[in-house]
Amino acid sequence: METLISWAIDVALALLVVSLAWRALASTDLFKAIVLFIAFGLVLTLVWVRLNATDVALAEAAIGAGVTGALLLAAYAKLRATSPDAIVDRAGGISGIGAISLLILILLVAAALGYAVWTLPSDYTGLGKEVAANLDQSGVSNPVTAVLLNFRGYDTLLEIMVLLLALLGAWSLGITIPRPEAAPGLVLDTLSRLLVPLLILVAAYLLWVGAHAPGGAFQAGAVLAAAGVLMLLSGRELPAALATWPLRLALVLGPATFLMLAVITLILEGRVLKLSPEWAGRLILIIETTATISIGVTLTALFMGAPPGEEDR
Amino acid sequence: MSVALFYALAGAGLFSIGLHALLVHRHLLRKILAVNVMGSGVFLVLAAMAAPNAIALSDPVPHAMIITGIVVAVAATALALVLMLKLTAETGQAVLPGREEENS
Repeated sequence: METLISWAIDVALALLVVSLAWRALASTDLFKAIVLFIAFGLVLTLVWVRLNATDVALAEAAIGAGVTGALLLAAYAKLRATSPDAIVDRAGGISGIGAISLLILILLVAAALGYAVWTLPSDYTGLGKEVAANLDQSGVSNPVTAVLLNFRGYDTLLEIMVLLLALLGAWSLGITIPRPEAAPGLVLDTLSRLLVPLLILVAAYLLWVGAHAPGGAFQAGAVLAAAGVLMLLSGRELPAALATWPLRLALVLGPATFLMLAVITLILEGRVLKLSPEWAGRLILIIETTATISIGVTLTALFMGAPPGEEDR
Repeated sequence: MSVALFYALAGAGLFSIGLHALLVHRHLLRKILAVNVMGSGVFLVLAAMAAPNAIALSDPVPHAMIITGIVVAVAATALALVLMLKLTAETGQAVLPGREEENS
């Protein structure tokens, strides 16, 4: 009976995820598509929980559904402000024989992928045992954090660089779109005053708890970005004094600290990001704290789209 | 069939739905959504492979890779959205110039 209920939940979730993705991509209204996509991200969060990937669930909810959703909605609003014609999604350029042959091709791809997944060896054990065996050397007790910041720290270093590069790319394009002048309502204003301190507290908690339970720098950074986005939405602006070098410093703090540690470990230990067991816990906390600040500020800056002070030029 | 395999097949399905939408739709915002759905499909296969059966210890390495992937996806999405806005500001349309426009 229990397995039956468990299966019913899994089947319902999988059907919901696939149908939400389908409807998000097929609905004629772009705004509706974005909202359905956010819903898709939230249901996917539940799927991660079903697959025992709680860290991924937190990242998906905060970044995949939350920050991506905010970015998409902001882009939609800017698109509408630029040209009302641009938000109309005309039917695709493919029709008739082209559409049918494309559908056949996609079905073949789907069948091939399904076959590949179906025939994957089931006796595969992965690296779970190796990670568990070396966990006490890593300085943290959450295996996912140990992999992200110790065993495969260079992945995370490059990932933070990618985030910074995306922002540099976005800023260098220099889009100047007039912001819609709408005063925030009383509800939004009051809510943001209440929520922002709470969000900062939640971010700090996620950062701290990441050492031994699901959480970590990326989830915390995304929650921090949510606070930043909320402040921007309720009409608050970064003070001009902070918009120059303090903002740049906050953006590069995480990547620079991480890079410096990579160079120091290369010189002292002979291998990039080889953290010695007695220092690992403290070093990971330093990397994660600086990374959280930088990730939060970078994601907020991506939401803004242009460097502050230049958007009204 | 195990639960993990079931979700892995759903992931393959998501990838295919996303690929179809990416090729069929012309609006760039829709293409960006499609790429994100394709990415989610890949993550689902990865996560399913992390726990091939209920007894095995779930593998934290794919989980860490998915978190990395989610962050890279949001970075790429943000850059793609700005590129789309730039294109719209230049041409007034959020679509890539197609073959018919080039010929005419």
